[in-house]
Amino acid sequence: MSPIARTWRWIREHVVLALGLLVLTYMFVPIAVVVLMSFNDPGKSKNVYTFRHFTLHNWMHPCAPAGMCHSVGLSLGIGLLATIIATIIGTMAAFGMVRHEFAGRSLANTVIFLPMASPEIVMGSSLLALFVSTQVALGFVTILIAHVMFCLSFVVVTVKARLTGLDDNLEQAAMDLYANETETFWRVTFPLVLPGILGAALLSFSLSFDDYIITNLNAGQSTTFPMFVWGAAQRGVPMQVNVIGTVMFLIAITLVLGNELNNRRQARALATR
Amino acid sequence: MSQASDGSRSLHLSQVTKEFAAFTAVKSIDLEVPHGSFFALLGPSGCGKTTTLRMVAGLETPTSGSIRIGDTDITYAKPYQRPVNTVFQSYALFPHLDIYENVAFGLRRRRSPEVDRQVKEMLELVELTSQARKKPPQLSGGQQQRVALARALINRPDVLLLDEPLGALDLKLRRAMQLELKRIQTEVGLTFIHVTHDQEEAMTMADTIAVMNAGEIEQMGAPNDLYENPKTTFVANFLGQSNLIAGKVLGPDGDFVKVDMHGVTVSIPVSRAHAAGADGWIGIRPEKVLIAAVGEEIDAPGNHLDGGIVTDVSFVGVSTQYLVRMPWGQELQVFEQNTGRRRLFAKGETVDLSWRPEYAFLLDASQDVTAGIEDD
Ligand SMILES: Nc1ncnc2c1ncn2[C@@H]1O[C@H](COP(=O)(O)OP(=O)(O)OP(=O)(O)O)[C@@H](O)[C@H]1O
Ligand SMILES: [Mg+2]
Repeated sequence: MSPIARTWRWIREHVVLALGLLVLTYMFVPIAVVVLMSFNDPGKSKNVYTFRHFTLHNWMHPCAPAGMCHSVGLSLGIGLLATIIATIIGTMAAFGMVRHEFAGRSLANTVIFLPMASPEIVMGSSLLALFVSTQVALGFVTILIAHVMFCLSFVVVTVKARLTGLDDNLEQAAMDLYANETETFWRVTFPLVLPGILGAALLSFSLSFDDYIITNLNAGQSTTFPMFVWGAAQRGVPMQVNVIGTVMFLIAITLVLGNELNNRRQARALATR
Repeated sequence: MSQASDGSRSLHLSQVTKEFAAFTAVKSIDLEVPHGSFFALLGPSGCGKTTTLRMVAGLETPTSGSIRIGDTDITYAKPYQRPVNTVFQSYALFPHLDIYENVAFGLRRRRSPEVDRQVKEMLELVELTSQARKKPPQLSGGQQQRVALARALINRPDVLLLDEPLGALDLKLRRAMQLELKRIQTEVGLTFIHVTHDQEEAMTMADTIAVMNAGEIEQMGAPNDLYENPKTTFVANFLGQSNLIAGKVLGPDGDFVKVDMHGVTVSIPVSRAHAAGADGWIGIRPEKVLIAAVGEEIDAPGNHLDGGIVTDVSFVGVSTQYLVRMPWGQELQVFEQNTGRRRLFAKGETVDLSWRPEYAFLLDASQDVTAGIEDD
């Protein structure tokens, strides 16, 4: 085989791997920068975007920048509450829309997509108009209402997909095996839909934690974490923002890896049994 | 008195009808399944077998009619209130539970004591002890089928419904499972209602077969009764093969009915004559037809036909299958056992046919002569 042919074969065999690595790099470089910058000591320099000295100071004193930890707390609180409320209401709505025949069902199925499809700025400003005209004080409650609203359609769509894919026969089999309606729901339907519900909850949380546009319009005097970062970016983002970013990333990766490891352990336990 | 206690758990369907919108899937059927019997519901695809089972299981409500177990009316009872369990056509195993928990499901719902012992015994019975901690998707088709059976059987229901449980298995495993099912049924003594569209399966396993067609029960009885004395062309063709020959009823003669069959007068026992009018189909199973060279003596006193010409011969080892064209143009099937007593006939030879009158049957001419012939 000629050297050219051999090289060509090598390229052919490795091109998919190489492309995959490139895409991964592309996706992870920004995260690597965040992690790196969390150890940066910018000193007295105004330019906070270049790495100057290594320090653990940001990690030892994450709450040093005034108001930052408070904004993180607010975002976490709203994120958790919005997730819980949206997941519960959305899951129930999904069950209703899949399991019950009612007038306007197909219309409801279409309408549920609208909040996902309309621009955030439109949603945000119309909500603001609503709150102002009804004289609701802007703050925690209005942010929460806004977040529940935009998370809802994502929850409904996700849970609905899972529920539609569920085999009717399973519930009928449970009933045939002496499970009444309640037991059938909790022992068969719910566990099988649960992965969809959990997925919807994670999605809701990250949507809520992340939101800037709608939140900013309806926040009043409150400041969420994205609003804090946005404001700080005018003067130079404090390094501690990168610490928060890194922690969020670590939590996410732990969830994913933990799930993966758990699956593998189960598979291995089965293989050796 | 023991008869009474058994009778108190037999299944009765009376005038049960199921309509889906404009379509009637089950048309006013009457069934009686004695306790402890192996009952087969046999019929072509779409004839309403699954629908009938689902009404017994409570997963479908009859449009009219009633269903009883013993003296208890269960027509409108919830599925979980009936002493009935189902092995679903698609198994419907719970994918999130392991095999052990799938089998234990019914016992746990009924707060049954000694769940562990019962489940282990049942897994033993279906030879799945080593698979107990696997999830259903990790099992082969045959293993899943046995889990489905174990999961239903462990509850010892009065009636066990099996909806084509062997449909997904290959022939060898299928035969093995048929024997296994039959053994389990005899051992535990439960009523099995087994749905199938495999006539051989129904005949080998069941005490009683009901042949269903287009939502109605065509005929019901012991396998050999159904086979030997079919009452409709559908049953005659669906259960095995039949030669059906047009004839004109001449009238009764003692225990027999005389029928003119293209110029030959044949006799048919009164008990096997089911034609209402003056015309009928004379039916005879291919293996009941005897074949002989012209003029040779045939050891069957009775209906004798000559002038047949062999048009096809296929040798299948245990038997030889002939097609013989009769003077009136129809080709009759003849199966001869290869006993070695008679020589093989060649294509084109002229032969005589005969059969014993007691094997023939007479069906109503208004029925479609090709009903129930499977086109495969
Ligand atoms: N929910 C339903 N709505 C409308 N029609 C139905 C419904 N369920 C069954 N049918 C119709 O009723 C008829 C009988 O169906 P069924 O499932 O009982 O057939 P089957 O005898 O079990 O057939 P197979 O051997 O293919 O399983 C079919 O024509 C089917 O289309
Ligand atoms: Mg069916």
